Amino acid sequence: MTMFLAYAVTGMIVFAIGLYGVVIARHLLRKIIALNIMAGGVFLFLISIAARNSQAFPDPVPQAMLLTGVVVALSATAFAIALARRIYTVTGSATLSDGER
Amino acid sequence: MDTIFPWIILLPLTGAIATFLVPRAWVIRTGMVTALLTSCMVFAAAYFLHQNGPVHYAVGSWAAPLGIRLYLDGLACVMLLLTAVSGIFISVYACEYFKDKTSGVLKREGIMFWPLWLFLWGAMNALYVSGDLFNMYVLLELLGLSAVGLVALAGTRTVLIAGMRYLIAAMLGSMSYLLGVAFLYAMHSALDTRMMGALIEPGMGAAIAFALMTIGLLLKTALFPLHFWLPPAHAGSSAPVSAILSALVVKGSFYLLLRLWFDVFHNVVTIPVGQFLGALGALAVLWGSIQAIRQQRLKMLVAYSTVAQLGYLFAVFPVTAGAPPTDGVLGQWVIESGKGTLYHALAHAFSKASIFLAAGIMVHALGTDQLSRMRGMAERLPLTTFAMALAGVSLMGLPPSGGFIGKWLMMHAVLGSGQWWWAVVIMTGSLLTAGYMFMMLRQAFQPCEDPSLFKPVPKTMEWAALILAFISIGIGIRAADVLDLLMIGSPFLIEPIAAVGGAL
Repeated sequence: MTMFLAYAVTGMIVFAIGLYGVVIARHLLRKIIALNIMAGGVFLFLISIAARNSQAFPDPVPQAMLLTGVVVALSATAFAIALARRIYTVTGSATLSDGER
Repeated sequence: MDTIFPWIILLPLTGAIATFLVPRAWVIRTGMVTALLTSCMVFAAAYFLHQNGPVHYAVGSWAAPLGIRLYLDGLACVMLLLTAVSGIFISVYACEYFKDKTSGVLKREGIMFWPLWLFLWGAMNALYVSGDLFNMYVLLELLGLSAVGLVALAGTRTVLIAGMRYLIAAMLGSMSYLLGVAFLYAMHSALDTRMMGALIEPGMGAAIAFALMTIGLLLKTALFPLHFWLPPAHAGSSAPVSAILSALVVKGSFYLLLRLWFDVFHNVVTIPVGQFLGALGALAVLWGSIQAIRQQRLKMLVAYSTVAQLGYLFAVFPVTAGAPPTDGVLGQWVIESGKGTLYHALAHAFSKASIFLAAGIMVHALGTDQLSRMRGMAERLPLTTFAMALAGVSLMGLPPSGGFIGKWLMMHAVLGSGQWWWAVVIMTGSLLTAGYMFMMLRQAFQPCEDPSLFKPVPKTMEWAALILAFISIGIGIRAADVLDLLMIGSPFLIEPIAAVGGAL
């Protein structure tokens, strides 16, 4: 039980660090990495709640959710990086600034 | 019914892949056939619902808790119909819009439009019938990714950056939602919405999950002050895309919020939470309208109008929050506010799609959407100007339009439940809407100085915009039928906990 809590709390902390990164970072690649750190936090949380009841074997449903989540996060990241590259080719900088001109 | 239910979702998804694979010359044909078939399926489903009542469907014959339950009731069906009807006209418009003006050949943008649009359509249809919290997360991501893809299609500097902002906002939103789902699962080991609604108890954990999921969805619905990503994305993209985003996509995440509020969190929400969401909605109405009045460009004006109109939808929450499930009198106002909110969502979707399509026609004819350049539009593009004016009537909420019915029901509900302050906001918002709509139309009715500025526009595009405007008025005239369909399965009834448990 305590092990589960330790992992779950770590997951939340990782999520918060990622959120901080998304807000603070200016470079798009950093923002995308920060989003992935956030996702990592959620995934750690999901994998830890699989062991929340001290049974002989872990609950498979959160593990399945985690696997789906990883696939979704991977495709979203690929798309985000492609978009960031495109922004870099068109504007010459990989930030969100001077968008409203 | 079981034979057609899965096709509501499978058809657009298959069509999306097909339009991606077929040769260039076949893209429009494949896309239009898919759009028509999907709409037929939705109409068939609506007919069955009307005849036989709500339907549950276990995907792959795996029943909940392990499987995913699809559920079609009046609320889901009205949203499906909204998507199908506006989807058809937007598709017809897009066929012409993406053709090269001189050669008539379909542009690359127009080819990539189809797979993304059909994926988005499929995701929305699935979202409306999904009864599984995690499934909803996957669909939200599919919806968000295809929407961002559509925004970025135009490929200009402004649009790419707007798309990136949108993508980051969408990913943050779904991440927050997913963490909320994880919290709920950790506590109750369930993902089915009905089961969760029966199991959930007020407390710390439920409150955290509720906050995380709500914030995630508010970010995607662009409720003030989380609306920062919406105006550039909606105004910058090409006309059919703007129409899809403003009319349909933001309604998807709002629908989810409404569903969760009634099906899952009905005994977790408190009166302060309801008042808080209502206040944010009120601020959105005022701030969005004032920003709309200050704009110089038509598409930015319409995009800020979307920020404002989304605010109205949140009037449902203060009326609902804290209403005891057994109280028949308060319960009646809850149902009334649910009806009003949904009606407003419908009317806004049709009229906003129409105005964005009309704005696209203006850009097509004049090459710009500066408000000052609209002079003479009433003379040169009478159908388009008529469409804008009709849609404006619905947005302002003048009778007998759909917007009027929505606002009327909302006013009825907030006054009936003794919360007159929201009525003041609804009235002020209508006045401000009238302000920016007249500002826009005043320019259009100025005498035309140089008719040669207006290039010819395909008539199909003009008619698509006009028919959508007519529908936004028409749903006001046939309101009783729409409301009857909506109330099948009583989506806004907050059931006592024992009754929910029994229904499982």
